[in-house]
Amino acid sequence: MAVVGAAALEQPPRVQRPGRRSRRRGEALAGLGLAAPALAVFAVFMFVPLVMTAYYSLTRYTGFGDPRFQGVENFTQIFGDPLFWRSLANTAVFTVVSVPLSVFGGLGLALLLNRALPGRGLLRALFYVPVVISAVSAGIIARWIFNENFGIANRLLSGVGLPEVGWQTSGPAALASVVAVQVWTSLGFAMVVYLAGLQGISGEVYEAAALDGASRWRVLRSITWPLLGPTTFFILVYMVITSFQVFDIVVIMTGGGPANATTFLVNYAYDTGFQQRRQGYAAALGVVLFVIVMVLTLLQWRVGRRREVA
Amino acid sequence: MTSTSARPRAVTGPGRSAPARATPSRRGAERRMTGWRLTTAVVLAAVVIFPLYWMAVTALSSPGALTRPDAAVYPTELRWENFTRPLEQFPFLRWAANSLTIAVVSVALTVVINLAAGYAFAKLDFPLKNVLFLAIVGTLMVPVQVVMVAQFNLVVDLGLVNTPTGVVLPRLAEAFGLFLARQFMDAVPDELLEAARVDGAGALRTFVAIVLPLSKPLVAVLVIFTFMWRWNEFIWPLIVLPDPDAFTLPLGLRFLQQQFGNDYGSLMAMSLLSILPMLLVFALFQRYFVEGVARTGLR
Repeated sequence: MAVVGAAALEQPPRVQRPGRRSRRRGEALAGLGLAAPALAVFAVFMFVPLVMTAYYSLTRYTGFGDPRFQGVENFTQIFGDPLFWRSLANTAVFTVVSVPLSVFGGLGLALLLNRALPGRGLLRALFYVPVVISAVSAGIIARWIFNENFGIANRLLSGVGLPEVGWQTSGPAALASVVAVQVWTSLGFAMVVYLAGLQGISGEVYEAAALDGASRWRVLRSITWPLLGPTTFFILVYMVITSFQVFDIVVIMTGGGPANATTFLVNYAYDTGFQQRRQGYAAALGVVLFVIVMVLTLLQWRVGRRREVA
Repeated sequence: MTSTSARPRAVTGPGRSAPARATPSRRGAERRMTGWRLTTAVVLAAVVIFPLYWMAVTALSSPGALTRPDAAVYPTELRWENFTRPLEQFPFLRWAANSLTIAVVSVALTVVINLAAGYAFAKLDFPLKNVLFLAIVGTLMVPVQVVMVAQFNLVVDLGLVNTPTGVVLPRLAEAFGLFLARQFMDAVPDELLEAARVDGAGALRTFVAIVLPLSKPLVAVLVIFTFMWRWNEFIWPLIVLPDPDAFTLPLGLRFLQQQFGNDYGSLMAMSLLSILPMLLVFALFQRYFVEGVARTGLR
């Protein structure tokens, strides 16, 4: 006992090390134990399906029997598939129109509601309400509003002397109506994220600008907008990804019509996989969707980084 | 320059508009500006809320009343048939119960799994930690629709078609919650954990005694967002639950739409009922929706 004590006094590190090592082992066990449920769920329901998807995409598979391996046949077919290109073009147009509308709309609302204003909390909440309701209800409401014969949209248009619009019979009009609903349900989200971003800008910067006599527009352009760069970047990435995944509102509002004018990538993948039971082809479409989303995200990430450096 | 600028700020406090209050004309301009902002905001809010208002008006009107070209844009009557008729004809309450089960179970599991894993990934050291975290966060870029065919076949193999379990389990593999939890736990000061460790507490005790009580805002955000996503979800239940008895509310609404076609009164009434619980949750926890985005590092 005394000997051990003396040894410990003489060489403290050697005695401490085993203790630290066992503590470290205990920590590793606790860490793995606590992370285990998440790891299990991700392994079974994300990583396995990812591998399965990659495999399916190289097969011909109806969901019954075994998948038949056929190499890159699905992908060559996709590149010659006019409906794929149509749905890709539709998705691209939809994204290019709806994302900027949501981002700038959200920024406008955030600037409007950032500083003290009577009823500010209520107003913010009202703008956020469309974000929390389901896309299916949003689609059902929109279908009624854009009803060609009795919808309030056409009644308002003819009320102010404009021609009525064929929201279900004209392709571009149908697409526009879907864009409108998408913007309606995502504006509030952009607003809230921008409000959080605005909180992060210190008031001193604005005081300095006010002292220099900078105009409101000048302050917005040279101070607020650049300082909100990371916020804008996050919203952009998030919205582009979600807009490539749009499905619910289209199924409810237009069912992809008229004449595939509102068929988007996910609608097309769902139809091939679960209506026509061409699961191999649908998996290949999924792989293409994944590659597109990943490339867009990395692209935005690079542009965002370059802007931060500059 | 510095002395003149410092004085008004010291008098009126640290507000952003402090220098502007220095002169009366500026104060007037500021007030006019506020008036304009308020007017604009109210008009825009009215536009944004109008579809919901119109839904309510339609739900309370008789079928013929709104298809006339001269129909009013305000409710002219209060009729409840649009609510009572579909409730008698369709298992709407059953669908609501299914939705509630799926949402509540998902919320409970998501919170438990992500709190534990968030703490492990933020504060504990274990083999392959960073590789695993990157792999999981990387799946943020995988739209759910990419793997839906494979996930569905997995659910079929597990015999979970038409069960709430089949909807809940695969959706637990959502990187967003884990990402939020890790970000949040990362911000818990190490000194606090170190103090517990010095007192002889192991990693688990530290988690339960120190980290969990601090995590209330994180829990609130996870609860609200998970509830919202699961309550509103459409494509995944659509795939897993083909049997009308197993439907969730969004599936039921789509079913009604296919049944009712142009009976918009009933459709609006049922849509209204289906979004009410969500609106209630939002009204109660509104603060956390906004705070959650700000606090958990979403910016």
